[in-house]
Amino acid sequence: MANRHVNAVIVGAGAGGGVVAKVLAEAGLSVVLLERGKWQSFEDTTDDELRSQRTTVLGNAYGPDDARYCRVIENPDGSTRIVLPSEGGYNNNAACVGSGTLSYGAMGWRFMPQDFRLKSIYGCPEGSTLDDWPISYDELDHCYERAEWEIGVAGDDEGNPFAPPRKKPRPMPAFPYNKEAEILIAAGKRLGWHPFPVPMLRNSIPYGGRPKCIHMRSCCGFACPINAKCGTQNTVIPAAMATGNCEVRTDAVVSEVVVDERGRARGVKYFDINDRLQEQTADLVVVSASATETARLLLNSKSKLFPHGAGNNNDWVGRNLQGHAYCGANGLMDEDIYEEAGPGACVAFSDFSHGNKGLCGGAMVANEFIALPYAFTNTRPPGSPRWGAAHKEFQRSHYKRVLRVMGPVQEMPVFESRVRVDPAVKDHWGIPVVRLSGRRHPHDVEIAKFIVEKVAALLREAGAKDIWTWVPGLGGPSGGQHQAGTCRMGNDPKSSVTNRYGQVHEIDNLFVADGSLNVTNGGFNPALTIMALGYWVGEYIAKEWKSGSRFKG
Amino acid sequence: MATETKRVASRRACLKILAAAAGGTAAGVGGAVSVGRLGRAPEGPWRVLTPDEARLVEAVSEQIIPADRDPGAKEAGVVRYIDKQLDGPLKRFAEKYRNGLRFLAQTCQAQHGKPFEALSWPEQTRVLQALESGKAPKEIWADPSPREFFGLIRDHTMQGFYGSPRHGGNKNYASYKMLGLEYPRVIGQNRYPEQAG
Repeated sequence: MANRHVNAVIVGAGAGGGVVAKVLAEAGLSVVLLERGKWQSFEDTTDDELRSQRTTVLGNAYGPDDARYCRVIENPDGSTRIVLPSEGGYNNNAACVGSGTLSYGAMGWRFMPQDFRLKSIYGCPEGSTLDDWPISYDELDHCYERAEWEIGVAGDDEGNPFAPPRKKPRPMPAFPYNKEAEILIAAGKRLGWHPFPVPMLRNSIPYGGRPKCIHMRSCCGFACPINAKCGTQNTVIPAAMATGNCEVRTDAVVSEVVVDERGRARGVKYFDINDRLQEQTADLVVVSASATETARLLLNSKSKLFPHGAGNNNDWVGRNLQGHAYCGANGLMDEDIYEEAGPGACVAFSDFSHGNKGLCGGAMVANEFIALPYAFTNTRPPGSPRWGAAHKEFQRSHYKRVLRVMGPVQEMPVFESRVRVDPAVKDHWGIPVVRLSGRRHPHDVEIAKFIVEKVAALLREAGAKDIWTWVPGLGGPSGGQHQAGTCRMGNDPKSSVTNRYGQVHEIDNLFVADGSLNVTNGGFNPALTIMALGYWVGEYIAKEWKSGSRFKG
Repeated sequence: MATETKRVASRRACLKILAAAAGGTAAGVGGAVSVGRLGRAPEGPWRVLTPDEARLVEAVSEQIIPADRDPGAKEAGVVRYIDKQLDGPLKRFAEKYRNGLRFLAQTCQAQHGKPFEALSWPEQTRVLQALESGKAPKEIWADPSPREFFGLIRDHTMQGFYGSPRHGGNKNYASYKMLGLEYPRVIGQNRYPEQAG
């Protein structure tokens, strides 16, 4: 039986798609939200470190599964290897309702105004496709505000002189600091830095009909047992459903955006839970499947007018894949600094986000989420024994004494760092899989070296004796859970995939609403920005719907 | 570009190629490890390992996390974790385990004239250090390499000892107790009463 035609079909129920669903459903559009994964909760996987979002040695707790999915990595020499979703090279984002927002560490950052104008401020490093965003921070401000209030953020900018301007405070007060944060705050102040609480998409007080946080040490990488973490799966998606206008259809693996002979999106094809091919027609299509999967879907959507994939006539779909060049330092303290107050990360410094001499951007730095016991087995100063009595002794005597500070360095976009579809390898449903290739820009490593020097100085000031740092290499393509950039928004169709509203150039009823739109990825965790973009794109569609042609071409 | 992936073109192809690379399931080579008369093997039932293999895995894991004032890998049941996972998410490593254990047994016979379990503690340590640094008889070791095999069993031992008890290891929350971590976590309540054995 054919599916009933709807006004909008949205692909992917994550940070972006969940928000768009709410905005459109509230505007009166009939909406189908397709998600390849399922509804999940804490009870499904509990606090099992070996099967979480951060450690996946026994599989991905929140999908996708190793049995039906894979990707291809292309090495710099052109050789390739196949990676499974539970392996690091896959660059996984969770496949479930809420996607990463179900199990994330839940930092709720706004990017800074400068993050939208890197090229104008710093110029473009050689070999990068760096550009300004076509929208400004001021334009996105009200979308950040909606995300903060409708999904829920706890935080306080008082201690942060670099905080981006805002018209309205956050709805919840900041979380209290833990023991290691107090040590870092004192040390940071002695260095003249400006500590402040990490903004969190997590309830510091009861909010949205859900209780306040109980501080699980297993927080980052896990669903919350009491729903105190704020994701799209427990906020905007239920709100969309409550309008009566939105149906969430899970276990739906979308294979193609159907583009007709006139170059208009007609809907999508997807495989249902029984692997049957279905079609969902709609007046408009929104793709919110993450930077890797959104690009894959557009590239797999070939049609007469778009033989290289939807919106790809200028070969920009899948380009400029970015994540974050994470760097940081560990320091050994003389006494226990551990406090059973998860998730751990709670204090940040934005002193080196911008204005670093000779560098294009920078990073916020914060204390790290609690390292769980297995993850800690690989936290050792260089040259330490990897096993045996000494390794065990280190584990026992230092588990509660390692101070960890790190930061997400903003990456320079690289044209050849990219998502393609593999010419041969297909997934369980016969859909060509993602093929990742390319490397980081060397400037990312320069910035990371600068940042870790600052972090090491902080740890030294805090009293750490043995300090060791890590800086990412040029490596393979960056992406990870912070993946972004593959369907860049811009004013020039020759150097972008969508316009400033996420509307694909040349296909005016096809939209993108996820991190793929990010021209650059900020020196911050990007979840709140992706949510804000969901509002930005959703509000534009709703406005056009009410006043205009209803995208009927 | 001559690549491995070029060979495949069909539906489910990537999954098949992976299965082939891992050598499929653990069927076949059962009982290939000769460890001599070493007393009773750890108590089964075993899913993938033979009793002799289980005894060897247990001995290696105990070297990786030895008992001291806290339990080691043996007491925490790490071999049970490994056996269970080789029949589950770690199935793709089962054949490498089987081969690696055989190579290890052969290495000990060639170098010491006796099984790994019969070596002194320092001798066992030196054998494993040699594997870790890739120094093992080339005529014995093929796939996996000594380094790869040691890396697998090292990682899996850490997982079994420090991971969740639901997977077969970390018996009686041995590692959580050692680290002073409450578990299951109930606010304001220490969950570790005196426990027998």
